[in-house]
Amino acid sequence: MGRLMGRLTGFVQGIGARVLASLQGLGHAALFFVGLMAVLPQSLRRFGLVVTQVYAIGNRSLVIILASGLAVGFVLALQMYYALVTYGAAESLGLVVNLSLVRELGPVVTALLFAGRAGTSLTAEIGLMKAGEQLAAMELMAIDPRARVLAPRFIAGAISMPLLAILFSAVGILGAWVVAVGLIGIDAGNFWSIQQNKVDIWRDVGNGVVKSMAFGVICTFVALYQGYETQATPEGVAHATTRTVVISSLAVLGMDFILTALMFSTP
Amino acid sequence: MPGALFPAYPVRVLHPPLRPDPLIEIDHVTFGYDSSRTILNDVNLRFVRGQVTAVLGGSGCGKTTLLRLIGGVHPANSGRVVFDGEVVDTRDRPQLYRLRRRLGMLFQFGALFTDLSVFDNVAFPLREMTDLPEPLIHDIVLMKLNAVGLRGAAALKIAEVSGGMARRIALARAIALDPELIMYDEPFAGLDLISMGVAAKLIRTLNDVTGATSLVISHDVPQCMAIADWVVLMATGGRIVAQGTPAELMASTDPEVRQFVRGEPDGPVKFHYPARPMAEDFGLGAR
Repeated sequence: MGRLMGRLTGFVQGIGARVLASLQGLGHAALFFVGLMAVLPQSLRRFGLVVTQVYAIGNRSLVIILASGLAVGFVLALQMYYALVTYGAAESLGLVVNLSLVRELGPVVTALLFAGRAGTSLTAEIGLMKAGEQLAAMELMAIDPRARVLAPRFIAGAISMPLLAILFSAVGILGAWVVAVGLIGIDAGNFWSIQQNKVDIWRDVGNGVVKSMAFGVICTFVALYQGYETQATPEGVAHATTRTVVISSLAVLGMDFILTALMFSTP
Repeated sequence: MPGALFPAYPVRVLHPPLRPDPLIEIDHVTFGYDSSRTILNDVNLRFVRGQVTAVLGGSGCGKTTLLRLIGGVHPANSGRVVFDGEVVDTRDRPQLYRLRRRLGMLFQFGALFTDLSVFDNVAFPLREMTDLPEPLIHDIVLMKLNAVGLRGAAALKIAEVSGGMARRIALARAIALDPELIMYDEPFAGLDLISMGVAAKLIRTLNDVTGATSLVISHDVPQCMAIADWVVLMATGGRIVAQGTPAELMASTDPEVRQFVRGEPDGPVKFHYPARPMAEDFGLGAR
């Protein structure tokens, strides 16, 4: 009986310790976020640094984003056609593809790809800078590495992500057009006009862009935080990179549900 | 009286401990990265202005930690670090950054920015910390690179330079803003004999020419003895074994000092890490 009680107490203590550690981690991340926000204005004054990072984070992610957008557009058009034609609604294909991409798939898939392509790159870069004592060197030069290294990357990520999501959706719609009009034979005028009539620029496109902005902030912050707080060893950087993808992806999926519920709760 | 200044340890100070005009004072400093392991235990040191002071000690004795405490990277658990009469307070960021602008540090592996060229690495503190026009920065950078013999390497990428060159580039960057205190963390580690000699000569020359105070952390006895005005021998836990001029330490008959300066494998500092009896580890008693 005594041993059972001891095990039970140990089990509860273990859970408590884990919960406390998680809360402590969240609190640390929140303070880090506040600290990063405080130095953002300094980076905005040196916009050249941000532009360099937009190139590194945004431009260099273009290939994977555009290729994925095109592939998703192709497949979405085919799948939706098979479903819609059963109900005699094949003419709505353009609208369905557009809303799927602009509202959901564009922001979410781009964010997941962004976390895998740019997020891991950011974490590894910052982690290796830490391992190579470059961040410590900056600190000892009286230069705040958060302002000089992290903030420009954070702003660049927040700028790049919506642009990439817009491009993803645009290329996806073009891909769907190729399949729908070129292969299936749906009327091109109908394909475009139903989108023009039914897609609302603010409610649909605007909310999609707002979503992608939120995802950009989440993915970039997670990547920077993991890189900055990594253990300065090869193993530590590897773990931090993995954590970036896992945490970013879960956070994006969770946030997507919340934002969708808030944005599209009424028909 | 040495015992009055360093009451915690049986310190063998070979010179009067109250040396004149210190730029840095380490005053009863205790520090550990976590509560289970104390790296520095009640350390007292003074680094005199304008001199090259070498802190010698084995790996893991807390030499680099000492530099980090002076730079305000970590707060001391107890005691205080005083820089030119001002207590280093890691919580007061503006004060900390003001102090850091007066020091330059050479990291063990250079800590150069790998995405920048040699020129841009040296120009980095000038561009970040000053409003100097670019033509002036250009001239200063070339002067600093010339001082370390690498003016011709200005256009190279960091990936294209050797370990010894990287150390010299880092030195040029450390002195870019003409600091009052230059801290060198293992400046001779991993260098070939020629590069080592070059590095040692540079440290001495730069100190004399700029009038800076230099603090060299190393375990390379010959190089440090050759260039230092004052040498501190440090053991595990930050215990100060002895301090004095290089000649005094070399002539010391103290067994621990002799073991360190002559590099003897066994002596007061044991070769073996504390372990259980050998018979017990190999299970000989049970057979």
